[in-house]
Amino acid sequence: MIEVRNVSKAYGGKPVIEEVSVGIKKGKITSFIGPNGAGKSTLLSMISRLLTKDSGQVLIEGKELSDWKSKDLAKKISILKQSNHINLRLTVRELVSFGRFPYSQGKLTKEDWEQVDEAIAYMDLVDLQGKYLDELSGGQNQRAFIAMVIAQNTEYILLDEPLNNLDMKHSVQIMKVLRRLVEELGKTVILVIHDINFASCYSDYIVALKNGKIVKEGSTETIIDSAILKEIYDMDIPIEIINGNRIGIYFS
Amino acid sequence: MKVKLSFLALLAVALIVLFLFIHLGPNWDYALPRRLKKVLAIAITGGAIAYATLIFQTITNNRILTPSVIGLDSLYMLIQTFVIYVFGSMSLPSTNKQLNFFITVGLMIAFVGVLYKLLFKREGRNLYFLLLIGLVLGTLFGSMSTFMQVLIDPNEFLIVQGRMFASFNNVNTDLLVISIIIIALVAAYSTRLGKYLDVMSLGKEHAVNLGIPYDYIVKRMLVIVAILIAVSTALVGPITFLGLLVVNVAYQFMRTYRHSILIPGAILISIIALVGGQLIVERVFAFETTVSVIINFIGGAYFLYLLLREKKA
Repeated sequence: MIEVRNVSKAYGGKPVIEEVSVGIKKGKITSFIGPNGAGKSTLLSMISRLLTKDSGQVLIEGKELSDWKSKDLAKKISILKQSNHINLRLTVRELVSFGRFPYSQGKLTKEDWEQVDEAIAYMDLVDLQGKYLDELSGGQNQRAFIAMVIAQNTEYILLDEPLNNLDMKHSVQIMKVLRRLVEELGKTVILVIHDINFASCYSDYIVALKNGKIVKEGSTETIIDSAILKEIYDMDIPIEIINGNRIGIYFS
Repeated sequence: MKVKLSFLALLAVALIVLFLFIHLGPNWDYALPRRLKKVLAIAITGGAIAYATLIFQTITNNRILTPSVIGLDSLYMLIQTFVIYVFGSMSLPSTNKQLNFFITVGLMIAFVGVLYKLLFKREGRNLYFLLLIGLVLGTLFGSMSTFMQVLIDPNEFLIVQGRMFASFNNVNTDLLVISIIIIALVAAYSTRLGKYLDVMSLGKEHAVNLGIPYDYIVKRMLVIVAILIAVSTALVGPITFLGLLVVNVAYQFMRTYRHSILIPGAILISIIALVGGQLIVERVFAFETTVSVIINFIGGAYFLYLLLREKKA
């Protein structure tokens, strides 16, 4: 379980996250939603130690983040940011094999390579595994990076806007994979997402942030609600139920 | 990969043998030890520069930077100019090579130490901030050197000018031994951090995600780079120009991201370039030019060729 307690962060005196506390449930998908500048990515980065927090605590399995050894933490929690430009010329398989570094420290065993192959198969990249990253489309690239995170085989997977720049087909494909990770492998997924309808269709819990504070949190059904969304986004968003999913009509 | 590395190793050995034995003449017992010393100086500084530049580019994640952006080259010139300006070219700090070596290395490492203190005192400062400060200070040092060079006696200036270019022609034996020991120690220490290099080249966020103690490694690596550069510059003169070229040629030639291959590759290419360049300087141009000119010319041409070939493919 991940527990965030009274975490704050300011950039140059301007608070971005103020006294945020939240608990992340195991074996579920939790989505962070909210308008631009709400602090979603900052919070995610602090949970994953990419950013240091100014105050407060982040407990992973009851142990404060800074008390974990970086190496051990890398076997527990993984993070993928939204822009993943890499200066190296790597093939998909080479990239995915980096996911095994926490376990093998660079000397991959047969077992590690099996995990790499599994991750590649899981993301449907078998045909592309020999290709270089700069030869791939944005969606294929994103899948390759997610495969690396899968190879890292951590209990908690944190993704910062994984659907950024992807078309509908690839977005759906990635969300389905995340669902499978949770249901088949028992992973816990936390993601920052902008499209409330993707959040509604695929996540179990939603945490809504605004101006560096949590405005609402709860199960998907309770958050995807006209009155609550109005509070978050200052927008009237009627909710329709289509095929059992709550869909917000926010286009007009 | 193995084939390419063996090819480079063979070429390096062949050039070294050629360098040692060409036109050796009857007085070989005089010439050979002198040439051996020169080759040793070339190999050790060439290797150190290649290695330092490669890890510098890896930690900064930038293939067009060289450690000279921290301003070590300009600091070296400033120290040399200052000594001659204040004490004169016949003074002890200028003529005594050991003293000069230790003053230079000491000041360069102290400078980097102060720079790091500034950077790492407060958290959240990034690496590029350090580079920016280094660049600004480097320019300042350069201007100060020029200022003093304008004021000094023209004969003294000739001596300063002689130190602006790397030279392997009269390397002090004692200093060579000391340099080899320092460089070997630093290299041995840095192999402990070697396994992290591949992951570091993915960038900070991926490196942290994969459990690398990022700040710890960056600090150590920067110190290693500074020591290697300081020692090799104090030994033969400003020579960082070589690094950028050699490392990029190594990337193009080896076509891999693995540092276990790139490091020996870059070191070998560096030795080939320096020994080859020195051979041309001595045998073709009869010391009319400097090795930097030759290397920049041939290396630049080769690099352009590689880029053009890649564009066509």
